[in-house]
Amino acid sequence: MSRLRLTGISKSFGAIQALSDVSLEVAPGEVLGLMGDNGAGKSTLVKIVAGNFRPTHGSISIDGDTVDFHKPRDAQRQGIEVVYQDLALCDNLSAASNVFLGREPRRRVAGVRFLDYSTMHRRSAELFAILKSETRPRDLVRRMSGGQRQAVAIARTLLSNAKIVLMDEPTAAISVRQVSEVLDLIHRLSDQGISVVLISHRMPDVFAVCSHIAVLRRGELVASKLAKDSSPEEVTGLITGAIETA
Amino acid sequence: MTTLEQAIDFSQHRTPVSRILGSQIFWVFAAAVLACLALTLLTDSFATQRNLFNVTRNFAFVGLIAIGMTTVIASGGIDLSVGSTVVLAAMVISVLMSTGYPFWISAVAALAAAAAVGLLNGVLIAYVGMPPFVVTLGMLSAARSLAMVLSNNKMIWEFGPDHDLLLWVGGGSTLGLPHPIYVLVFLAAVMSVVYRWTRWGQYVFAIGGNEQAATLTGIPVKRIKVSIYVFSALTAGVAGILMAGWLGSVTTNLGQAMELTVIAAAVIGGANLAGGQGTALGAVIGALLIEVIRNSLILLGISTFWQGMFIGCFIIIAVAFDRIRNLSSSD
Repeated sequence: MSRLRLTGISKSFGAIQALSDVSLEVAPGEVLGLMGDNGAGKSTLVKIVAGNFRPTHGSISIDGDTVDFHKPRDAQRQGIEVVYQDLALCDNLSAASNVFLGREPRRRVAGVRFLDYSTMHRRSAELFAILKSETRPRDLVRRMSGGQRQAVAIARTLLSNAKIVLMDEPTAAISVRQVSEVLDLIHRLSDQGISVVLISHRMPDVFAVCSHIAVLRRGELVASKLAKDSSPEEVTGLITGAIETA
Repeated sequence: MTTLEQAIDFSQHRTPVSRILGSQIFWVFAAAVLACLALTLLTDSFATQRNLFNVTRNFAFVGLIAIGMTTVIASGGIDLSVGSTVVLAAMVISVLMSTGYPFWISAVAALAAAAAVGLLNGVLIAYVGMPPFVVTLGMLSAARSLAMVLSNNKMIWEFGPDHDLLLWVGGGSTLGLPHPIYVLVFLAAVMSVVYRWTRWGQYVFAIGGNEQAATLTGIPVKRIKVSIYVFSALTAGVAGILMAGWLGSVTTNLGQAMELTVIAAAVIGGANLAGGQGTALGAVIGALLIEVIRNSLILLGISTFWQGMFIGCFIIIAVAFDRIRNLSSSD
């Protein structure tokens, strides 16, 4: 059974058809690379799955149950987490505080509920260990490298027991060494049985981590196949339109 | 021999001593202590009980509001209306008491008036999305005008049946310390804990650090923002009540231009106008330094016209110090 199934998803904004009849499946623990040129509809598709938009037509199902998201909170409740391109972290807070932001554990002392820093530090150290990241819970995010920031953002998704993690260009603005760190993080998520949808422009990154590749062009799905049956050349052709479909 | 790992660890988790030496609060405090020592040696009048009593009481009012202001600044906002909130609260309590109401009822009404100012500020900023500078600038004008309307712009010095109680609360002392200083110490201690150990405190700093991230993680940003402006107005309200009792009379120019001194105290104490940084202790020490400078100029017989120059220099030096520290740590 597929973890995430999109059936006949279409989305139009007024006269503009952003997506037409897109159907996709993602298995548990699978990493799907979603590719396409600017304006091909990648972001729209991700926003529909994340609950930012509702599709004009079509349906979404998770573990076989049809779902209908009206707002991002609905998608979060169903185990969908988004790692944003700008990462949405607070630079002035520690790694642990960022991991737990909005859902801090508290301990009651003399009738007042205080933040439970020891639990926050311990749990986030565990999460960073799962991700095999060297990020330390007490460090300020301001002083961290791009790879460590990614680890913090991804640890947030682990904390909420996400089933599906959507990642928008996680390797766009970081150094080469950090890219491999991030790709390792994606492997760790997959090891935990979490499905990952990776949006990226970087062909080598996609082929390094994705088992499955889907290509969008002008709002239509032109290919959806196993990475091992495809090649960077073919995907480039599909994105530009040199190859019609595959 | 130190390994790379140890070197990194050292640069990120410095020793307690180097952490203290790297903090703005420490240097501001050192400057205040130094000024006090110099004054003790240079003048006969500084280290007298009478003068020290005045200094501690005077800085308490600015310090109280500076804690509220630090909270606003830490969340990435600004509150220019605190000086006018001071006079509004002072006017409400004095008008009510002079018409015969008891102290406690009048004090609650004064705090309610202050809270209403903060509530309006907060709602316009958080829900209507107006810039804090503009909203609180408007309120600076409106609240003082309201205080003038309330009192018909007359001085009030008769506070009805509880007259002596009000003067005792604001101007009296217990165990040799003026009452406002007790309120200040209490508030500074409570807010130090609140900033670090409560969700509310964590969210104030998260909003100041990255408001969009705070929204995305589901923090009720708008409600928290409203509560921040209400809190700031309440600190101004408490200061207004205490000042009414201290002065023994209230006029409509009470608290005029006080917002600038308060912002100066918060910034000297380490609050970052870009948001995300500030401490309650810093606000108190910033206020202390400003009062010591003011007091020392008077005692040294230097024209009070120079006061603004000294305070202005300190604001710029404090912020410059913060810049230099950030530059050296971002290498």
